[in-house]
Amino acid sequence: MTEMLNVGVAELKVSDNSDILASFGLGSCVAVAIYDPKKKIGGLAHVMLPESRGKDHPKVPGKFADTAIPNLVDRLARIGARPKCLKCKIVGGAQMFEIPGSRNKYAGLTCGPASHIGARNVDAVKMALEKLKIPIVGEETGGNHGRTVKFDSCTGDVEVSSIHFGKHTL
Amino acid sequence: MTDAMGGKQLSELQIDALREAGNIGAGNAAIALSQMVNKKVGLSTPKASLIRLTNVPELVGGPESPVAGVYLNVSGDCSGSILLLLEEESAARLASLMVPSDLDVPEMTVVKRSALQETGSILSAAYLNALGQFTGLLFKPSVPGFAMDMAGAILDYVLVDLGASEDHVLVVETDFTVSGVKILGHLVLFPDMGTLSIILERLGVPFD
Repeated sequence: MTEMLNVGVAELKVSDNSDILASFGLGSCVAVAIYDPKKKIGGLAHVMLPESRGKDHPKVPGKFADTAIPNLVDRLARIGARPKCLKCKIVGGAQMFEIPGSRNKYAGLTCGPASHIGARNVDAVKMALEKLKIPIVGEETGGNHGRTVKFDSCTGDVEVSSIHFGKHTL
Repeated sequence: MTDAMGGKQLSELQIDALREAGNIGAGNAAIALSQMVNKKVGLSTPKASLIRLTNVPELVGGPESPVAGVYLNVSGDCSGSILLLLEEESAARLASLMVPSDLDVPEMTVVKRSALQETGSILSAAYLNALGQFTGLLFKPSVPGFAMDMAGAILDYVLVDLGASEDHVLVVETDFTVSGVKILGHLVLFPDMGTLSIILERLGVPFD
């Protein structure tokens, strides 16, 4: 039965059951939707930070781009997706605030606008996808507005909605 | 909240002390607001609580609800961030008080956005000053950033900016009434882990 499953911050979920996977109110986080179109299997990761920096985070693999994507692909393969047939759509990575002189501990910067963490998330996601040779067939990233993503794991359609720019499908 | 506090757990006494500090801060912020709008500001007893970061959007109607957010970084003896969240309607009412000539313009003008940004900055500074006097610590706020967007998007930015080390935050929920106009605001203090230890020590309720 089709359900709407909420994929919260740092979570990842897969479905072979035509479920809608949704992430609400993405800011600088990136929603990564990976699917096998013929097998109608898909998964969504709600990535929060670019890299785990070699730390082992088995409890929250969805938190970092470099751990979330291999983990998601692995879980998709386990429920029958074929790694070579996977496609991907990515949404998010916005810069919500511009604060001059903002510190960002994670980035280790003491100056500069909060280190454009959104853009760095997007870059890290793309690198991780490139490593696994998964093509990006749809993308809406950057800007300075929040987004909600609803990913149809059966069709691969990604509905993006925002307060300022309405709703459309990737 | 064991893992959120780096393996530490807050006692009832510590939560009470943080509440009291939050109440004093909110009271000071109300006085600042009163001086800004030159009107009598009523303040409900502020609620202070430690809540999960992912639950903060629920305070203002869920992750997709439109809110105004004013965000500042805090440095000095302590580090962290502070965020003023206003529900869309409260933000519009507050902006109209600040920019009365725009009363008939329904949408947020640049001037109104700027007025809200400044309000957030002043309220945050008043709050931090009170907290600073109460604890004997120096809190230095940065210049403010402003956004009107989904609550979840604003929160997720703050979460990432914090380095994502904490997942509980100190929320002071304040209900202002300005000359009979109700304005619901939430001042959210995000102390870094080290900072929380320092504040608790100054309040006389340190971690064991």
